[in-house]
Amino acid sequence: MSSTKEEAPAVRVLGLWASPFVIRVLIALRLKGVEHEVLEEVVGKKSELLLRSNPVHKKIPVLLHHGKPISESLIIVQYIDEVWSSNAPAILPADPYVRAVERFWAQYIDDKFPRGIRILKGTVDGNKDEIVEQLSTALQLLEEAFLKLSNGKHYFGGDNIGYLDIALGSHVGWVRAVEKIAGVQLLDAAKVPHLVAWADRFCAHPAVVDVLPSADRFVEYSVKYGSFFPTRPSLPTE
Amino acid sequence: MAGAEDLKLLGMWASPFVLRAKLALSLKGLNYEYVEEDLKNKSELLLKSNPVHNKVPVLIHNGKPVCESTVIVQYIDEAFAGTGLSLLPSDPYERALARFWAAYIDDKLLPSWTKTSRGSTEEERAEGKEQSAVAVENLEGALRECSKGKPFFGGDNPGYVDVILGGLLGWVRASEELYGINPFDPAKTPLLAAWAERFGALEAVDPVIPEVNKLVEVAKMMQAKLAAEAAGASN
Repeated sequence: MSSTKEEAPAVRVLGLWASPFVIRVLIALRLKGVEHEVLEEVVGKKSELLLRSNPVHKKIPVLLHHGKPISESLIIVQYIDEVWSSNAPAILPADPYVRAVERFWAQYIDDKFPRGIRILKGTVDGNKDEIVEQLSTALQLLEEAFLKLSNGKHYFGGDNIGYLDIALGSHVGWVRAVEKIAGVQLLDAAKVPHLVAWADRFCAHPAVVDVLPSADRFVEYSVKYGSFFPTRPSLPTE
Repeated sequence: MAGAEDLKLLGMWASPFVLRAKLALSLKGLNYEYVEEDLKNKSELLLKSNPVHNKVPVLIHNGKPVCESTVIVQYIDEAFAGTGLSLLPSDPYERALARFWAAYIDDKLLPSWTKTSRGSTEEERAEGKEQSAVAVENLEGALRECSKGKPFFGGDNPGYVDVILGGLLGWVRASEELYGINPFDPAKTPLLAAWAERFGALEAVDPVIPEVNKLVEVAKMMQAKLAAEAAGASN
């Protein structure tokens, strides 16, 4: 059967390579071996498709599955896990209690890191010293959480990366970038040795390595654009 | 009965977040021990169970604590999957939609209400009012989309979004007396207004919602306290 009109791929991602939220979705899809197309948005100019697909927030990432839009990165990751549940590995842990713990920390991470990173990048006004303290405390707590959840294995998810690995790991690019931009130490091997080792392993993981660029590329991006959407006034909270 | 579940909820009677947990437990027909916390004098158990935030609600199941209201509600649904109603839908796309709107309530709706009532400047409060109008309009659309003509966000039966929004019902009711505003104005958001009545009247819900006059009393006390502090500060 031949068709003169090409069908859109079943799975498409609207995104920007530098967004940690988009990176989460790409990692999840790669982890599950799901074929997908990435539509890179133009910085500062939202596409018609994006505005139509996420009219409420007008934000990336958006996953389009057979044309149906799903928004919000962690919601998308859970969706991917549930739809492709027969593809290993499982992203969310099987045990409801461990799930609850991972969801708790994922929420905590998104409460602290995006805003903190924006302040350290200089996109938004704020007390940098205070932020460094807050993020260091957060990393300390996450170091302890890592020890409990990993149970001696390589990732928060155990033998393979999972929900919490993706939630935190997606921020590593910008964390390392702001360390250079602001001249601060966050992923300090002296203070959070297990997280530092985990971060290296995470970044080298086959599902991650091609979608989480080096810190220098994020620094370049920051110099070039200042923020993701420079035409939109920067808000202190997401 | 062997292996009886040990469920304890640490809460504060006026908290909408605690109410969410109570609603989920009630809708699933689960028995639990409720512990009222004095937030000015938090118990050892609370501090130990939620060391990161020291906040309520905390659900303790067989000695293991779960924190954050949306996490707790999902936990209740998953840990007790065979019991009572299913709060999250079974279809992955509908689940994603339910999670999206639950997040919207906390990320957009609630902050806009807080800004409207507690914004420090007239400008801020006006901005809050504008944002609230957009937020409830979006939620009205969400209810239309999710319910598909049925009584609840969850369809025939209340579900996740009903619980997350339902936690706010006490304060929604109190809002009219306190601020002369009905956040779910039947003229502007008829579906939400009808939903609020319907959800609030459910057998599993009605007894659990805090009394409006008590909420009003607590809010007025807070307002008086803040006013006194402001007056004292300007002297």
